[in-house]
Parts: sequence; structure tokens; C-alpha cells
Amino acid sequence: MTNHDIGRLLTQPLSPDQEELLRQLVGSLSPEQALWVSGFLSGVARQSGMSLSPAAPAAPGGGALTVLYASESGNAAAIARSLAAAAESRGKAVTISDLADYSIRSLKKETTVLFVTSTHGDGDPPDTAATFFEDLRSKRAPKLEGLSYAVLALGDTSYEFFCEAGKILDQRLEELGAKRLHDRVDCDVDFEGDAEAWSEAVLATVAASPQAAPAQVGGGMMAAAAPQAAYGKSNPYSAEVLENIRITGRGSSKIVNHVELSTEDSGLTYQPGDALGIIPRNDPALVEDVLTALAPATTETADGTPLTQALEDSYEISLVTPSFLEFWAERSGSEALAALTAPDARAERFQYLAQHHVLDLLRTHPVSGLTADEFTGALRKLQPRLYSIASSPAAFPDEVHLTVGLLSYDLHGTSRQGIASGHVCGRLEVDERLPVYVQQNDNFRLPAADVPAIMISAGTGIAPFRGFLFERQEQGAPGRNWLFFGDRKARTDFLYQTEWQAFMKDELLTRMDVAFSRDQEEKVYIQQRLREASKELYAWLREGAHLYVCGSADRLAVAVDEALLEIIAKEGGMSPDKAAQELKVLQKQKRYQKDVY
Amino acid sequence: MTTEDILDFPAKPAPTPDDRSGDLSQPLDRLSPDETLKKESDYLRGTIAEGLLDPLTGGLGARDQKLTKFHGLYQQDDRDLREERRRQKLEPAYQFMVRVRLPGGVCQPDQWLMLDRLADDHGNGTLRLTTRQTFQFHGVLKRGLKPLQRGLNQVMLDSIAACGDDTRGVMCAINPALSHIHSEIYGLAKAASNHMTWKSGAYHEIWLDGELKERSGKEEPFYGPTYMPRKFKIGFAVPPSNDIDVYTQDLGYIAIVEDGELMGFNVSIGGGMGRTDNDHRTYPRLGDVICYIPKADMLTMSEVVASIQREYGNRADRSQARFKYTVDKQGLDWMRAEMERRMGRKLEDPRPYEFTSNGDTYGWAEGDNGNWHFTLFIEDGRVADHEGYHLKSGLRAIAEAHQGTMRVTPNQNLIIADIPPAEKDRIAALLDEYGITASIEKSVLRRNAMACVAFPTCGLAMAESERYMPTLITKLEAILAENGLSDVPIVTRMSGCNNGCSRPYVAEIGFSGRAPGKYNLYLGGGHHGQRLARMYLENVAEPEILEALSGMIRHFAAERTEGEHFGDFVIRAGYVTAVESGWDFNRPNTPRTNAGNPRSPS
Repeated sequence: MTNHDIGRLLTQPLSPDQEELLRQLVGSLSPEQALWVSGFLSGVARQSGMSLSPAAPAAPGGGALTVLYASESGNAAAIARSLAAAAESRGKAVTISDLADYSIRSLKKETTVLFVTSTHGDGDPPDTAATFFEDLRSKRAPKLEGLSYAVLALGDTSYEFFCEAGKILDQRLEELGAKRLHDRVDCDVDFEGDAEAWSEAVLATVAASPQAAPAQVGGGMMAAAAPQAAYGKSNPYSAEVLENIRITGRGSSKIVNHVELSTEDSGLTYQPGDALGIIPRNDPALVEDVLTALAPATTETADGTPLTQALEDSYEISLVTPSFLEFWAERSGSEALAALTAPDARAERFQYLAQHHVLDLLRTHPVSGLTADEFTGALRKLQPRLYSIASSPAAFPDEVHLTVGLLSYDLHGTSRQGIASGHVCGRLEVDERLPVYVQQNDNFRLPAADVPAIMISAGTGIAPFRGFLFERQEQGAPGRNWLFFGDRKARTDFLYQTEWQAFMKDELLTRMDVAFSRDQEEKVYIQQRLREASKELYAWLREGAHLYVCGSADRLAVAVDEALLEIIAKEGGMSPDKAAQELKVLQKQKRYQKDVY
Repeated sequence: MTTEDILDFPAKPAPTPDDRSGDLSQPLDRLSPDETLKKESDYLRGTIAEGLLDPLTGGLGARDQKLTKFHGLYQQDDRDLREERRRQKLEPAYQFMVRVRLPGGVCQPDQWLMLDRLADDHGNGTLRLTTRQTFQFHGVLKRGLKPLQRGLNQVMLDSIAACGDDTRGVMCAINPALSHIHSEIYGLAKAASNHMTWKSGAYHEIWLDGELKERSGKEEPFYGPTYMPRKFKIGFAVPPSNDIDVYTQDLGYIAIVEDGELMGFNVSIGGGMGRTDNDHRTYPRLGDVICYIPKADMLTMSEVVASIQREYGNRADRSQARFKYTVDKQGLDWMRAEMERRMGRKLEDPRPYEFTSNGDTYGWAEGDNGNWHFTLFIEDGRVADHEGYHLKSGLRAIAEAHQGTMRVTPNQNLIIADIPPAEKDRIAALLDEYGITASIEKSVLRRNAMACVAFPTCGLAMAESERYMPTLITKLEAILAENGLSDVPIVTRMSGCNNGCSRPYVAEIGFSGRAPGKYNLYLGGGHHGQRLARMYLENVAEPEILEALSGMIRHFAAERTEGEHFGDFVIRAGYVTAVESGWDFNRPNTPRTNAGNPRSPS
């Protein structure tokens, strides 16, 4: 392309002065710079509303970018989507894909890849990305000299292996010869600020580091032109509470509430399988205890907010983070606490953090004279909690339902409650408002209408299946449905019992198997019901059924995995290894989806 | 109430013995759906066995719920929780009442111990003694039913025909003083129960995993596949005590004892309590004493009477299906002729007898064989442990030590019976130790009071009964005390609905529940169950009840004649008109104008 050509093309729309400036600029550009400018201008055009088709791929020659994510709760996916949108708006051709759907071999064809990955459990990658990470670590991983990349890692500092998946990814890509475009950033649960800064910086770097040609990508899907939700984590919608009722019967050892929220006029949309983030408030009684123990020197924060209110609305006042421990060790001058902060005291430190709340620290190591700001500055911002949505938008227009189990336990002789579950189950009244936002979860979706679904749950893990079944009822979906549910006692803990009975009667549910662990001498769990139904279950899988699991990660999910492996091996007449492969294939095909916590 | 209204009350219809439009001679589709259900149940099997295995519900299907009554169990739910659970999207707190078949209320100590344990393991931890001399377990969950039945079976008990359209548990007078007569009559009552109980293999198959019986057309040689039109109750009384309320039985036997020997029985037919509010075609009815039979004919007579009801009872309208309506429809003359025809001989007229009371006599009594009996008062029949009154534990301790029997009385009380003289002190010490002896020192009024179960378990209850009666009695005690009448026995009974399980329609003061806190008040029943009461107030609350009764009691204190019973007084004083017969029960009361304005006692 010559200067003249460009000039000719642009002559008509520009004034002579503009034309001259452009001519000068173009003349000074290296080919790489020219590419960047073209993308930049395309982005400018789009932001000023000129683009006719905002969802269309960026202009040819704009340089290509792939965004890959591995998400457990949906945060990483959400960041990846906004990152992709931001890049597109700057004129990049962007492909976005879940690592669940992405083969490591495709990385060889990429030029620039931005990764967003979360970590869960003991430093593991999200379940959906297990295969990718395994391949990444294996000897068969391809050399990636042609690849430029950057990693944004999400994690939680209260876990021992903070952002471990991101760290591994970053390190391994480097080992494979890829070029790091930008330093990895490890985000804590209040990731928004860090994630945004990283995105900005990375996109700027990408813009400045030109690519020879648009990337060839396989496997992924184009960034969907998903309407940006008006409400999100940082600007939640205040939903009116329509109903909040305990649904475990009298005599139950558990408290589980069914909550119905109004989304009327919010424009909030969701699909069955999505989660709802709720912004909880701390228990005023706990705030009072903390303030009594703290005896702060000032009672307002710098912006004039009463400390009581700040602690109730804005900060985590239960969980002790490593940084709070450091802060407290320093201020209290406690040698014992200081010893825990030593780099080589990791195991002791995490054990201590797991067993102590902020209040315990305040009481056992009093510090006097702290100002409100000094104290809040050391605390972590109060984080939203995610709950699998228990309703279907088709069946309950303008509503979203949740199933919230109260987390309650004893620590140092006093009863403690989960922040969000304590708020919802203990204090949230009908007609009050609760700040919420929808967290999309594309890894937990109903199959096509005629495909059978096997849904396995325990406790409040039943929630998304209520959404699924109401949705299928509304759709008139012909696919058969099989629900497994386990809890403690049938009489009191059979969550949504009358609804399942009605679904059985209507034959929307083809079959339901239940296990109530405390209704007989020997404890029976739902995995036993899976094994008992081995033959039928395998037959359903052969007919293409999709499998869903929702419930606790360490108890239910692991046990269900084991049972499924046994069933596949037994009924399919194959070795355990082969069965494991089969299960992986199911996972890859998105026929085995988990929503575990 | 105007005179015209009273005159409008229809006269008792004349018998129509030739009308067979509602009985077994008709095709099933012209009868009540329950008849088809029974017929198609495969002799009471239905799908009970499958229903027991359904883990998605703690209940049974609607049809099986009707069939399980024949097996002695009622599906109920905790009605206190019904609305709450509906909102919680939980099904009602289904649970079962299991009623044991215990002819004559006689129970061996090892059986008591088993019942006690089963109540703890599978029920709500209490035992309920009933007005028909047996035990009920409440709050049994579906999964507890089979273990409970197996436990009963281990001590030779069952719950066959304790409910349902069949011959129910057979009652028998307690009569602690006449030991040898009791023992003989108890034997006959047990024989009658065993003889009249349904015979299908369903019970053993379902509950005891018994072998499937060889199926022949003769699975129910007496009943056939449609059993009885409705429940059928048999009881044996021994004058002078009418403790079993013999006139309320479908078939009552009144022992005729001559020279200390049981000769035979006067036969009473057509008694029954159940009625429906606002339906004048339904009424409680006292049995008619129709003939005398020698004791050897008792089983044959039982079959004869039951077979007449089986064939002539109304199966088209269940509200008219009890034997009492059959007797009124066929007429007493027809009945006697038909009984003679089926017996194959003329029947003798009833012999003379006299009843004096229907209550229990509390405390120690010596039998004519030298053994001792202790009758203890159990308020509303509920055996539970209370602070300072460890009834359930105490009875368990006694059952462990006791060598005689334990008898449930028709007034929901208990007799520790047949205590050898040498053991008397030991049992007495146990009664003291557990705070039980003192129970008989309750007021005379309380000891003569009786209430059905009602809320929270009974599905029929419209008002409280067992949970409210003690409070009401306390208030009436005060009124009696004010008037110096604390020692006068007045039979007071309360039922939570119109079905009358506690037999309120023969009480001197009777209540039937209409709505929470609201009752009909009945007055004028015979002290020993010989006369029906009449409704005095309809659908009223406690203040009106207490106001009415306190006026009457003051009046009674002032004008009572020597030995006069309250039930007789309210008629003499004109508060209510005496009820002549079942049909007359629904005739509106016509109090005399001066009644209700008693003079103050001087």
C-alpha cells in the first residue's frame, strides 16, 4: 500500500488540513505502527458511534487476538468477555474461548493469547480446564516460540495456594518458549481494580507489539455480542425481596431458605444455570462485638462514614487475610503473630487463619488507639457471594429464586455464621432490598430440548435443577429428566419436595432417586443410588444424556466421579483407565457439567 | 326457634324393609365408589406394598390410605404444621396412627413392654389408650410401619381390622370384682374377635413379608370382596356396670349372670355414635335390646347379625351405611324375624338386668379369686412421662415385675389386674415410686371425663379435644366446688368432631367440636349410658359454655333430689327435653321457659 493510495481513498471525507496531517503521519509510520493506527482508528470510530455493525469482526489487517479463560464461578469468564470487548473496540479481531473447549495444540497457531484463569480448591485450575492444564504440563505440550501471551490470575489470598493455576500457566508457557507480553497479575477476591488495570496495560502492549497477520484460530467461538449487563458486581441491582422462607421443616438440623427476588424493571436477564451474586451485609451484632474489642480511636472513616456502617456494609470482618495478619502482628507487637507471618511458616499461618476470625485476633491481641481508617485499610473489601439460581426466567418472569443454606459452625466456643447465608437466613426481611447481579455460567447449561438430562445433587445443590426443570416444563422440552437428590432426613430436608412430586405426576420428571443419610441406621448417600441404578444410568448415557452435578466439591463431586467411573467401567465392560477417558470425553463434549462449591 | 320450626321437624320415617336400592344386591356402579375400591383391591392388598417403598413421599396413595384402615392404620399428618409445611414446599408431615387389635383390652406384661418400646422406637414416644380398650401409636412414619408390625407380631399382637369397613376390636367389660365371669367373657370376646376378623392373606404378606397365600375364591369366606358397608362394633357388658357403653355398639351383648354363673346374653342391636352436623338423616342411636341367647350361641348370633348388615346395609350412601340405619330402615320386627330365620329358631325375649353406671371404679379391688386389681386413672388415656408423674416409665417398671395382666378400660384407663396377694405390696410400692397412685385422687369430675385424640394428629378433628379438655375440666371443677358438688359424678365427654369417638352423645355433659374453640353442647345423657343427650347450645365458645353450665350447676345444687344425676336433672328442670330415640336426637330442643333462671341457693 502506498501513501498515494491511502490519500486517494481518504480524500473525499477529509478536509485538506486533515488530509495533510494524515499524510504526514502515514509517511512516518513503520508497517507495524501503521497496523496499530488502523486498529486505533477503527476503535475511535466505534466508540463515537459510527460503526454500523458493532458485533462484526474488526477491520481487516487489524491484528488478531485470542482470549482464553478458565472459570470456576464465572468471574474469569466475565473478565475475559469484557477484555475481548475492549480489544474489539480497539479494532482487534478477537476470538474468545473457554479453555474447556480449547485444545493445547491450537496454541501453536496463535500469535497473541491473553489468559484469564481462576484457581480453586488446593491450587487446582477450574474443573472445566483440567484437560488443558494436564496437557500443558505434559511432555507432549507443543513448543510455543511464536506465541506472545499474558496471564491474569484470579485467586483468594485466604487459600494456601493463591492463584496457583495462573502461576503454573504463566511459568509453563514461558518454559515452552512463549514470550510474555506483560507481567502476570495475581488478583485477590476484590479483583476488579487489578483486573481492569491489567487489561488496560495488556491491551496497550498488544497494540504496540504488532503482529504479522491475523491469527488463525480453531476450536473457539467468536466473542458473542452479549449485551453488557447494566448491572454487575460493582453496580449491583437492588432487588426487592418477595419471599424469604425457611424450607427445611421443624426438627431439621439445617436451615435452608428459599428466597424470591423481584427483578422487575431491572432488565436483569439470566439463563438457568447462571449464578446470582449477592452483596451481603455483616451481622450488626458481630460489628458491635468487633467495635467493642477494637475500641477505635475514631468512629468515622475519612469520608465521614460511621465506622459501624462501614464495617456492616463494606468490609470482611470475619475472615483474616494474610495481610491483615501481618498488619495485626505489627501493630500488636505480638511475637507469636509475627512468627506466623514468616515466609517459611506458611502451613502454620494457613492453619491459624483457618481457625481464627478477625474478632479472635482483636480479642487475643488487643491493639489500642487504631483509627477507623487504619483498621478498615487493613481489611478486605466485602465480597459478593454467588448462589446458583433456582428459578427459570420463563416460568417466573421478573423473578429470581435462590436456595440458601445457612453456614453455621462453632469456633472457639462461639457460634459463627456465613456472612451471606447468615444475612439471608437470619435477617433479610420481605420487602427489603438486596443488591444482586447475574453471574453468567456457560459451563452449566441445559442440553437441546430433546436430549435427556441426568441431574445429581445434594443439599442446596438442588437449586439449579429446579431452574432446569421449570425451564424444560416451560419449553415443553421432550427430553427425559432424571433427578438425584440427597440430604439428611426426608421429613424435614426434602427441599422443594412438593414440586418434584408434581413434576413426577406430570411426567416431566421421568425418575427421581433420593438418599436420606439419617433416615436409617446405615448412612446412605446419593452415590449409592447412582450405583444401584448403574444399568439404567449407563443406558441413558448411551442415548446421549447430559450429566449435571451440583453440590459440594469435596464431598459430592468426588464421590459422584468415582461412582460414574465404576458405572462406566462396569456397564461398558472397560478398564478403569478407559472409563476415565470416557468420562473425560463426556466432559469435553460438555455432556458432563459441574456446578460445585 | 319457633313452634312452626319444631313442628316442621319430620316424623321418623316408617321402615321400608323391601327397599333394596342401596345394598349389596345392586351392581357396583350404583354403589359408593368405596365398594368398587374394596372389590378391586385384591382382598385389601391394593398397591400398599409398592407405596411403602416410594421414597418420594411419606404417605400412601389415596386408595391405599383407605385400604390400610382395614390393616389398622390411618394416614394422618401433623395438622399443627400443615399450613407451614405447605408454604415450605414440603408435603404434609405424614405419619400414621396404628391401632392394635386387643380384644377386651387385656394385655400381658410382655406385650406391654413391647408396646412401650415400639412407641419409643417408631411412634411419638407415647401410648394412647382408647375408648375401645386398645392402644394407639401416633406419629409413626411410613418406614416405621413394618418394623412396628413385626414387633407386634413377636408378642402375638396385630392391628388387623382395627379400622376399616369390618368388624372392629371387640370390647369387654372390665369388672375387676367378678374375676371368673370376666375371664369367661373375655374368652368369648376374644373368640368373637378372632372369628369375625377378616381372613385375607394381605396383612401377613404386606407387613410380615409372609408367604403368598394360595389364592382361591375363598379368601374371605364370610365377607367376600366388599367386606362390610361400614365399621361394625361388638361389645360385651356385665351388669351392673355399663362401662363399655353397650348401647353404643352395633352389636352389644349384656351378660346374664344367674347364681354366679354366666348363662347367656341379652342382645342389643343398632347402636352407634357417628353423625354429621346439619344432616338430620344422621344421628347417634342407642341399641335396642331385642332378645336373649344362651352363651353357646354367641358366635352364631354374631355372624347372623353381621350377615344381615353385610347384605342389607346401605352401600350407596356411606353416611347411611352404619348398622343403626339398617335397623331403623328394616324395622325391629323385621330384624327379629330375620335373626330368627337365620338362627333357625325362635328367639327368647330379653331377661331382666340393671345397669347403674358406665364409669370406672378407681383404686384397689379384690377379685373373687383372691387376686388384687388396681385401677388407675389416666387422663384422656395418654401414657407419657410427666414431671413428678412418670406414668410411662412406671408402667414399664410394673410390667417388668407384674405376673398378672394389664387391662385397658373403656374409659381409657388402666387396670393392673390379677395381682397375687403376695405381690400386692411390691406393685403398690412401684405405683408410689413413680407418682402413679396419686392419679386416682383427681376430682370425681375429671375421673369421669373422657376426650378423643383430635388435634394435632386426627384428620377429622375440627376443634381441640385431648389438649383442651383438661383445662375445661379445671374450670368446671371450680364451679362444682363453689356449689358443693365436687363429689357428684357427672359423665363429661368431648369429641373434636361430630363422629363421637369419646361417645359424647350419651354423656351427661357432651361436647362435639365444630371449629377451633367452638363446640356443640349436649345435655341430658343417661348417667350409665341409657339415654342420648340433646343439643343445648350450638357452635359456641368457652365463655358461653361456662356461663350456661354455671347457672345450671347452681340450680342443680339448689334443687337436686337425693341421688339425682345431673343428666336427669337437666331434663326435669326443663333445660332440655329427653331424647326418645336416635331419630329424635336431631329434633331441636324446647326448653321450658322457666329453665335457665334458677333461683339462687338459699
